[in-house]
Amino acid sequence: MVMVEHWLKTPIGKDEILNLNVGDVVYITGTMITARDEAHVRMLEYFDEGNELPFRIEDVVIYHCGPIIVEDGGKYRTISAGPTTSARMNSLTPKVLERVDRMVIVGKGGMNEEVINALKGKGVYLAYTGGAGALAAQTIKTVRDVYWKDLGMPEAAWVFEVENFGPCIVGIDSKGNSLYKEVEKTVEENFRKILSQP
Amino acid sequence: MVSFEEVAETVVELFRKAETELPEDVIQALKNAYEQEDNEVARNTIGAILRNIEAARGLKVPMCQDTGLPIIFAEVGRDLRLDFNLRDAIVEGVRRATKEVPLRPNAVHPLTRENPGTNIGPHVPLITMDVVEGDALKLTVLPKGAGSENVSALRMLLPSQVNNVERFIIEVVKNAGGKPCPPIIVGVGIGTTFDGAAKLAKKALLRNVTSMDEFERGLLEKINSLGIGPGGLGGKTTALAVLVETGYCHTASLPVAVNIQCWANRRASAMLR
Repeated sequence: MVMVEHWLKTPIGKDEILNLNVGDVVYITGTMITARDEAHVRMLEYFDEGNELPFRIEDVVIYHCGPIIVEDGGKYRTISAGPTTSARMNSLTPKVLERVDRMVIVGKGGMNEEVINALKGKGVYLAYTGGAGALAAQTIKTVRDVYWKDLGMPEAAWVFEVENFGPCIVGIDSKGNSLYKEVEKTVEENFRKILSQP
Repeated sequence: MVSFEEVAETVVELFRKAETELPEDVIQALKNAYEQEDNEVARNTIGAILRNIEAARGLKVPMCQDTGLPIIFAEVGRDLRLDFNLRDAIVEGVRRATKEVPLRPNAVHPLTRENPGTNIGPHVPLITMDVVEGDALKLTVLPKGAGSENVSALRMLLPSQVNNVERFIIEVVKNAGGKPCPPIIVGVGIGTTFDGAAKLAKKALLRNVTSMDEFERGLLEKINSLGIGPGGLGGKTTALAVLVETGYCHTASLPVAVNIQCWANRRASAMLR
C-alpha cells in the first residue's frame, strides 16, 4: 500500500474529506474539540430540544479523547491527550452525523457498520495511535475553550488549537471503505486456520 | 522503621515512574516489533508509540492520558512492624499522586458515575496484600487503563474442555481487535476460582515480557498470526507477550481469565525496610 500524505487545515472542506482514502496519512492543523460518551449524549439532548450547539462541529475535528488538563494561573495546559476507544460511541455518532453536512472524527480502534454507512458522502474516521498521549499533547498549542465542564475533566468538550497533529491513518473513508473491516475479515480467516491446526 | 509518610511518598513516586517511563523489557519488545514489521501502517503506528514513550520520559508527563485505575500490590514481610494502617498510607499516596503526577481522575461511582476527582473511593485504589518472608515491604503499582480492561474476559469452562482453553484465549484477543491499543500483553489466569483466576491473570501482567515459557510462546505465535496488528490496522504484531499463571482448581471447575493489557504495560516497584 502506498501511503499518501495530506496536511489539512481546519475548517476542512468537503472536497478534501471526500478525497481521503483508507490507508492515507493525515496531519491536522487548526481546531479540534474533544467529545466522548457524555459529550455525545449532551449533543443529542441539544438536538432533541431543538437547541443550537455552542460550537460548530462541521468546522472542527471531533476528537474521541479524555485529556489530562491542568489549570495554571487561569490558563489551561494539556498534559496528555491520546485517543479513547471510539467503539463506545458507535450508537451515538450516526445520530450526530444526521445533523451535519460534513465531519472529521479522530479516535482509536475503529467504528462499526452503522457509522461506516453514516459517514458515506460526508465524513471520515481517522485513527490516531492509541495511548500516544504525550506525543499528541506536544502538538496541542493552546486550549482555546471548554464546554460542559460539569461533565468532569475526561468528559468535557475541550477546544484545542493543534499544529501538525498526527500521523493519523484514514481508517474509514467517505466511500464506505474501512481498514478495520478488511483487517477483521483477514483475522476471521486466520482464526479459522489456527483452530484447524492440530 | 517504615513510616506512613515514607509509604505515601513512595506510592507517589511509583505512580510518577510508572506513568512516565515504560519498563525497559517492554520498550525493547516494541523496538523488536518495529524492526520485524514490513507493513507500512504497522511500522508507522509502532514508530508513533516509540516517539511517544520518548516524549513522555523527556517531558516527565504521563505517556497516556488514561492514567488508569490505581492498582497496588503490597508484599508485607512477616517480620515488618508497622505502627500505622498500611491501607491508609497507600490511599494517601494515591490522593497525592492524582494531584502531583498528575493522574486523570478516573475513579467514579459505578452506577451514578459521580466523580470525586481524587481516584479514591470504596475499594479504590484496589490493593492486594500478601504476607511474605522477611522484614521488607515491597510495593508495586499497576495503573490499569480501561480500553484494554473492557475487552478482558473470564469463562468458567467445564473440566472436559481443557482443549478449549487455548481457543478461548485466542478468541478473546480476536474479539478485542484494535480496541485495547495493540500490540497488547495478554495476562492469563487458569485455575483456582472465579475471582482467583482473574487475580492470577492480573498478576501475570507484572512479569517481565521476556520470561515466556514454551506454552506461552506457542500462544503468542498463534495470536500474532491473527493479523490484528498495531492499532488494529493489520500487521504481524498483535501481542508482545502472553503470560500465564496457573493455580489448582476444584475437580468440577476450569476457570480461565484473560486480562488484556495495552502496549503501555506500566508498572513500577520499590522495596522499603
